[in-house]
Amino acid sequence: MLERTNEGNKRETAAVLIGLALLVALPFLADAIGKGFYVTLFTRILILGLAAVSLDLILGYGGMVSFGHAAFVGIGAYVVGILSWHVFDGSPLMTWPVVIEGTENGFVVWPLAALMGALFALAIGAISLRTTGISFIMITLAFAQMLFYLAIGLRTYGGEDGIALYNKSGLGSSIDLFDKTTFYYVCLAILVVFVWLCRRLTRSRFGMVVRGARINERRMRALGFSPYRHKLTAFVISGAGAGLSGALLANAAEFVGPAYMSWQRSGELIVMVVLGGMGTLFGPVVGAAAFLLLEEGLADLTEHWQIVLGPVLLFVVVFARRGIWGWIAGPAREDR
Amino acid sequence: MLETRDLYKRFGGLVATNHVSLSIEAGELHAIIGPNGAGKTTLIAQLAGELRPDGGAVLFDGRDVTALPVQHRAAAGLARSFQITSVFPPFTALANVALAVQAHAGHSFRFWRDAARDGRLTGPARQALDLVGLGPRADVPAELLSHGERRQLEIAMALATGPRMLLLDEPMAGMGPAEGAGMVELLRKLKGHYTILLVEHDMDAVFALADWITVLVNGAVIATGTPDEIRSDPEVRRAYLGEETV
Ligand SMILES: Nc1ncnc2c1ncn2[C@@H]1O[C@H](COP(=O)(O)OP(=O)(O)OP(=O)(O)O)[C@@H](O)[C@H]1O
Ligand SMILES: [Mg+2]
Repeated sequence: MLERTNEGNKRETAAVLIGLALLVALPFLADAIGKGFYVTLFTRILILGLAAVSLDLILGYGGMVSFGHAAFVGIGAYVVGILSWHVFDGSPLMTWPVVIEGTENGFVVWPLAALMGALFALAIGAISLRTTGISFIMITLAFAQMLFYLAIGLRTYGGEDGIALYNKSGLGSSIDLFDKTTFYYVCLAILVVFVWLCRRLTRSRFGMVVRGARINERRMRALGFSPYRHKLTAFVISGAGAGLSGALLANAAEFVGPAYMSWQRSGELIVMVVLGGMGTLFGPVVGAAAFLLLEEGLADLTEHWQIVLGPVLLFVVVFARRGIWGWIAGPAREDR
Repeated sequence: MLETRDLYKRFGGLVATNHVSLSIEAGELHAIIGPNGAGKTTLIAQLAGELRPDGGAVLFDGRDVTALPVQHRAAAGLARSFQITSVFPPFTALANVALAVQAHAGHSFRFWRDAARDGRLTGPARQALDLVGLGPRADVPAELLSHGERRQLEIAMALATGPRMLLLDEPMAGMGPAEGAGMVELLRKLKGHYTILLVEHDMDAVFALADWITVLVNGAVIATGTPDEIRSDPEVRRAYLGEETV
């Protein structure tokens, strides 16, 4: 058993390194085969992968089935969109108590997107985490729907039509996000750092409490833990990751709209996590890739491509909790 | 050390705890026996704080803890083990116990350092595993341990929370004779170091270990006394022990 898990570990490390090497090489490969649009497609994969990883932190490790995760992505996107709109419009975001002007500085806007994602997650999580199971799913969904309709109600910012961005976020003169390869690598770097942070997190004392609460919350209490605070903290960190992903998504699409927060988007994120492998952190990135590539490949063939996705997903859920990642990287080593 | 006053609990029409008043002295091993469904587990759940009694009070160290939730009672030094093994199956035995150590040590808002390589957690965890005889199995996931080993793990986790009192709910349930004997040995070692409340069906073990025995039938205390007194109590013999058991 021990040998097997060690072997599983090595296999996982190898899989991660190979995957990373492929992602680093992707722009060159795409260039070589003359399919430049793959860079754009994979940029989306990295961005949604980031959102999926952040969801995995609470879903896979914490057992919190949030059906409203797209809301945090949307909030991050709207932070970029609204501040950018004010730059274009020339009007300040607000004048009281302090004057806040619009900005397109990525070093300001992106952290702000993460922060807003975290703050909304704090408010939503504080209430939702008092429930579990189906109630938790429904309550997170309800909050997300509220924000969805709130976004539609933002008449100034395009309402239902959203905001088209005239500019991408600026990261200084040497990093030009209009260059699709540069943007790709920025997204890759952010994803790598986020996954690495999450990996440390899940193995830390804090992470052990969150994981323990998923497996047996009653036992955690009997040991003397109060897991609510830990779960809420994980929820907030997850919201921050999703918010950041939203900021990137706004830049990738040069557009922000209420559809980012729709329940279908939340569902898709869950699908990516489950498909890729819950509680694996790397799996959700693979899941995002599988999802978007399937969408890309099948959407040409049929409009109802999700009909194909259904059985695939069912197969994964029934046969492998660790999803595609379990299949690539071998059995779990949960004790670590 | 632990006291209940007129504790009362009902589930619908069923009175599971019927005006139970107990007093357990520090350092004592106090056994609770009684037939299936007598309300032993229900009593432990109220002592540990998982169940709220409908009436009466629980005092720990002279302090009224009746309204204190389970995690705070655990932090105050009241550790329990579960009749139905309740561990973290995917985690190794060591990680299970390390989590218990962590519960006691606090500092659970540390986000960076690998808990599995934190000697302040694994050191005491290994000690607890050694004490219950699971040392060589430290790196095995709990789901791959035998039933008896998981019972030992339960005890190790309870010990690792640094308790002053142990509430043990049938630690020998489902164990074979050899494992059972091992558990009796372990309890003998622990006796005197901890105040222990032991619920157990194995009469030999109970009479060998207990300083004091309380007999519970239909939620009510029908007798309480030293093992000798209980053994010769006619009502206990009639109601529960049966002539041949002792
Ligand atoms: N949550 C509950 N809801 C309703 N009835 C319950 C509940 N928990 C226990 N009971 C009932 O209360 C009575 C006492 O149960 P309890 O588990 O405390 O008995 P016990 O003495 O531990 O029995 P055993 O020796 O089988 O472990 C039983 O009749 C049981 O069916
Ligand atoms: Mg019981």
